[in-house]
Amino acid sequence: MKKLMIGLAGVAAMTLGMASVAVAAEKTKVCFVYVGSKTDGGWTQAHDIGRQELETYFGDEVETSFIENVSEGPQAAAVIERFARAKCDLIFTTSFGFMDQTLEVAAKFPDVKFEHATGYKNAANVASYNSRFYEGRYIQGQIAAKTSTKGVAGYIASFPIPEVVQGINAFTLGAQSVNPDFKLKVVWVNTWFDAGKEADAAKALIDQGVDILTQHTDSTGPMQVAAERGIKAFGQASDMISAGPNTQLTAIVDTWGAYYIKRTQAVMDGTWETQSSWDGLAEGILQMAPYTNMPDDIKAMAEATEAAIISGELHPFTGPVMKQDGSAWLTEGEIAEDGVLLGLNFYVQGVDDQLPQ
Amino acid sequence: MGMTEAILLTIATAATPLLIAALGELVVERSGVLNLGVEGMMIMGAVGGFAAASLTGNPWVGVLVAILFGALTSLAFAFLTLSLAANQVATGLALTILGLGLSGLLGEPFVGQAGVKLANISIPVLTDLPLVGPLLFGQDPIFYMSIALVIGVAWFLFKTRFGLTLRSIGDNHISAHALGIPVLRYRYFAVMFGGACAGLAGGHLSLVYTPQWVENMSAGRGWIALALVVFASWRPARVLAGAYLFGAVSIGQLHAQALGVGVPSQLLTALPYVATIVVLVLISQNVRTTLINTPAMLGRAFVPER
Repeated sequence: MKKLMIGLAGVAAMTLGMASVAVAAEKTKVCFVYVGSKTDGGWTQAHDIGRQELETYFGDEVETSFIENVSEGPQAAAVIERFARAKCDLIFTTSFGFMDQTLEVAAKFPDVKFEHATGYKNAANVASYNSRFYEGRYIQGQIAAKTSTKGVAGYIASFPIPEVVQGINAFTLGAQSVNPDFKLKVVWVNTWFDAGKEADAAKALIDQGVDILTQHTDSTGPMQVAAERGIKAFGQASDMISAGPNTQLTAIVDTWGAYYIKRTQAVMDGTWETQSSWDGLAEGILQMAPYTNMPDDIKAMAEATEAAIISGELHPFTGPVMKQDGSAWLTEGEIAEDGVLLGLNFYVQGVDDQLPQ
Repeated sequence: MGMTEAILLTIATAATPLLIAALGELVVERSGVLNLGVEGMMIMGAVGGFAAASLTGNPWVGVLVAILFGALTSLAFAFLTLSLAANQVATGLALTILGLGLSGLLGEPFVGQAGVKLANISIPVLTDLPLVGPLLFGQDPIFYMSIALVIGVAWFLFKTRFGLTLRSIGDNHISAHALGIPVLRYRYFAVMFGGACAGLAGGHLSLVYTPQWVENMSAGRGWIALALVVFASWRPARVLAGAYLFGAVSIGQLHAQALGVGVPSQLLTALPYVATIVVLVLISQNVRTTLINTPAMLGRAFVPER
């Protein structure tokens, strides 16, 4: 028995030795946790395109893997931990609801680097990255106010988190910059992805008289309903033009590839450090899908606004801006601080909804 | 088309897949078998229906293939639980996981493709009548199938000899066997009928509700259908009431939000579930009739002695 134990120990030592040799020449392993399916046509698909760009860029030096359809909340921790144990060097957790689980697992694996999308908590080995989606929403708001004949748009919202509230406010401010009386109706579906429910919300909003739809949910259900009912709509996260060739005005398109390449390079070079990255249209992490199904003058306006945001000339959250209850938020010329935006939990004036708390 | 019609039509669309899947499961459970794989069979129907419609360009082929896919998926369950007497709960759960995974695999080439919508029927004059026109004579064909299924299932279970036999198997399969009734054959047909219904419900999702294919598009509707059967105490008319109540509250709360009523949206989102359970529990309050309607053999395997 003792001999057997020694033998086993020897084998184990050899295996370990071989493993460490192998590690030296091993690829950098980058892992992704997805909230939806990689072919959802929206949010997760955009992340997966980024992952594919990462693979193409580094070729044999990098190995990627991913797990789809991971529920937000406590269950996510098991999935993230599985990746950490599977010797991933860098793990991207790509949904807001993975934030606490990412930190929880990261505390147990100090040598693994973690990056959490759209959150606001960091640690020595947990960076966060986000995109200024609201810049695109501001442009959408302007287009909506020009295109709508009824002066009221519908917004299909997922969860009342700052990122979504930013989008609703920016859309409203953009619309009001064109038509100060523009109204916005908001419906919360409390899901990121349920094509049927999103379609039901779209129908409800259209029945209540909106003639432009925008969404902060991930399926193309609303775009289809808009197409069927003959109104215009905006796509979310990915270009949704195939679901509404005559319907989509533009879409905010998330382009994560460059960020994923940059951060993987940092891990390979040993220069990776925690950070909170929040880029937008200027850095190209956010792009606008082609401006379609609109007259040339509206297109020109949208392009001018996009250029002004990119050059830094225009910030969507520039005063004067009032809160929904009429109290002052931003004074003339004042620009909202990033810290306030990242914790945004109130509406601006003109949103016809009560923010769920 | 006025707002009332529009709202009622949206409710019917939301309720139809729940109703069809629940009716199928009702027959399965009446035979004494508990198939928790409704979600898996539904999503298989959705992918099969979408693929067939998109390949042939004919939504009716899609409907047929959706039914077929649902039935074939249920056959796997039937073989394991009836012929091999495997645990029904575990097998049903496995069927859901299998269906969700397999449908994602099969559906990959169809993601992002424009769907083929099963058109609403249109009858000259009748469809144009105010209010009743679009509701009674202008909906999609699967809606009419769902209503026919309610009547058909109720008639079959309570007015035919075969239905009586099926129910007796669900209440005591040993006695039924002793009387010479082919228990497993009945159960095979019941399970496959349930699968066909779940498949048709899935076809409704990918051909009518949102004519597209995306992974996980059933989004838990199979589980709601399962709950409806229990809370409706295995009665077809109550399943109808439950499905429509659920649909009505789901759509109603969206309208309430769009109108801007000051109720927290989380509460409104939970409302369809709460309302449906409360109402169905209230109408099923009579313990005696509920007991009579509950299949006593539910979930128990039957192994005939040879």
